[in-house]
Amino acid sequence: MTRHMSESDSDRSPDAAGRSWHDMGGLPAGGINPAEHDFALWEKRVDALQVLCATKGLYTVDGLRRALEEMGPQAFESMTYYERWISAVTKNLLETGVFTTEELNARMEAVAARGATYGDASIEGASPEGET
Amino acid sequence: MTSLPHVDPPAFPPPYPSAAPRFAPGDAVRVATGHAPGHIRTPWYLRGRVGRVERICGDFANPEELAFHRSGLPPRALYRVRFTMKEIWGERAERGEDTLDAEIFEHWLEAAEG
Repeated sequence: MTRHMSESDSDRSPDAAGRSWHDMGGLPAGGINPAEHDFALWEKRVDALQVLCATKGLYTVDGLRRALEEMGPQAFESMTYYERWISAVTKNLLETGVFTTEELNARMEAVAARGATYGDASIEGASPEGET
Repeated sequence: MTSLPHVDPPAFPPPYPSAAPRFAPGDAVRVATGHAPGHIRTPWYLRGRVGRVERICGDFANPEELAFHRSGLPPRALYRVRFTMKEIWGERAERGEDTLDAEIFEHWLEAAEG
């Protein structure tokens, strides 16, 4: 019993040395927002890309989680769920050499040149014939 | 003084093979108190706590290595370990006799009294 009252409460404090920010089990937390929402097309594409890359063995779910943990708590305030995902996927693909930063830069420039509304595409607006 | 749960060993073999597990269902084990950075799947709130092996899950590549694009081999035995809430939270536990199961790799466990 003394163990719980002495060493355990101090070494389990939020700022205990060595405790990573994400390892928050048992800490006070706010309420949970139970609201649900539909996913944007780009979010579904991120999901598909992530499954495809993992299936090809380009990284594991552990590599993705490690990348998410390395982002730090501020990323969970400033980025949405799938923004964090694509960031973690990108980091892992760069690490494993699937593409270089230079190639990624060129591709992002090319996509940006398509215009600001490109990302608004929806499944409702797509025609099957146009998929070829 | 530790608080250990009751465990009924499963009546079936592990769902995945385990070549040479160090622990068996019912064994008392203490979770290591490692502080290393990296991708660690052993929750902070269980480090240093004592529980009982509830079952052997099987051998799996080490996620701490997989997270950095390494093989994670040789595989490590993974266990489901049962803890009492009293052991984890002490007197703060609302119902100390309730239990919590967590899956923990063998290299995070050491034999404990019990």
